[in-house]
Amino acid sequence: MTAYSSEFDDIPGTRVFTAQRAKQGYHLNQFCMSLMKPENRERFKAGERAYLDEWPMTEAQKKAVLDRDYNAMLDLGGNIYFLAKIFATDGLSYVQAVSTMTGMSVPDYQQMMLDGGRSPDGWRSVKEGN
Amino acid sequence: MARITGGLTTSHIPAIGAAIDLGKTQEDYWKPLFAGYEWTKKWAAENVPDVVILVYNDHASAFTPEMVPTFALGCADEFKPADEGYGPRPVPVVQGAPDLAAHLAQSLILDEFDLTLLYKLDVDHGLTVPLSLVYGQPDGWPVRVIPLAVNVVQYPPPTGHRCYRLGQAIRRAVQSYGEDLTVHVWGTGGMSHQLQGPRAGFINSAFDRAFLDRLVADPDGLALVQHIEYVREAGSEGIELVMQLIMRGAMGAEVEELYRFYHVPGSNTAVGHIVLRPSDGTGPSRQEES
Repeated sequence: MTAYSSEFDDIPGTRVFTAQRAKQGYHLNQFCMSLMKPENRERFKAGERAYLDEWPMTEAQKKAVLDRDYNAMLDLGGNIYFLAKIFATDGLSYVQAVSTMTGMSVPDYQQMMLDGGRSPDGWRSVKEGN
Repeated sequence: MARITGGLTTSHIPAIGAAIDLGKTQEDYWKPLFAGYEWTKKWAAENVPDVVILVYNDHASAFTPEMVPTFALGCADEFKPADEGYGPRPVPVVQGAPDLAAHLAQSLILDEFDLTLLYKLDVDHGLTVPLSLVYGQPDGWPVRVIPLAVNVVQYPPPTGHRCYRLGQAIRRAVQSYGEDLTVHVWGTGGMSHQLQGPRAGFINSAFDRAFLDRLVADPDGLALVQHIEYVREAGSEGIELVMQLIMRGAMGAEVEELYRFYHVPGSNTAVGHIVLRPSDGTGPSRQEES
């Protein structure tokens, strides 16, 4: 791991989508892209496990999708713009889906945004604690 | 000779496009945001260039995980609105400017910016939302558009410095084009936002406001800001801000700030918008406009 990519690990609650993660998540993200087609969305909704088994994804990636565990999908190489195809299939907005990664309820998350968003204080650096 | 006569930056949040398309712009949530673009719509109607070079990023619409071009220039006759999974936005097809695009491709590549050239491209909300914010809902867009897609999804994106230098090269390229055209350059995306992980919802208004100040007055310094600082201070998706430096580079050394607007929130994002005029006499001054 180079200094460039390891520096990002100091930022709390964040998984930067590096070239390394893009390689790790390639098939997961390709599965997501397949959901751009309506017929694929229908097949996925009719049998999620069977549809996922058509892709050379790891078992952990498949489980994260089935659980809609977006933080786990990020850990396994997913990127939010690809993962958006999953929550669009589920009929969820960005706000609804993104809030699930924060441990907050959707109304609490929406209120935080209306109040000016998450303050940077305490979220800049693990090392510096600021 | 072609001339750059204006520039602007704006966020390109998809929910803004949905609000326009679904007629929700006067709802309480959206009203203040759209009010912030009224000045610009008037200015834009009175200052229609021949061509807009529109810097934006694709969001897993045209580019799949199979191909990640850092800078890609749209050279086609037209660009259709992309189906992002909800059906294409009900907006006009975007007309290209293939002759100027071919000139830009030649000039920029010989100037050592090794672009990817796109002869087929569907354009997503990153490109169509700015057009809607500035030109409303016409039957056809009043300008021709050259899309310039920048990778800001997969790290590393280009550095701010490289973006700024590309903007400067675009200025040289436009000025070396023989036809008498007026050109605007738009830098879209940002401002602070993060759409992933426990830190999602991150907004840093102080950073955003300072960014806009420096974009106007200290672009050489701003261009040196590193990726780690963008992620730390503007969020993982706030890295889109590097695209605004392409616009700024294309304006030349000195600019006049005509208008600025800042608003939180637009969905998960801080909305920032600024309108600039190059100070080299190639565009109308504020006095001439009024």
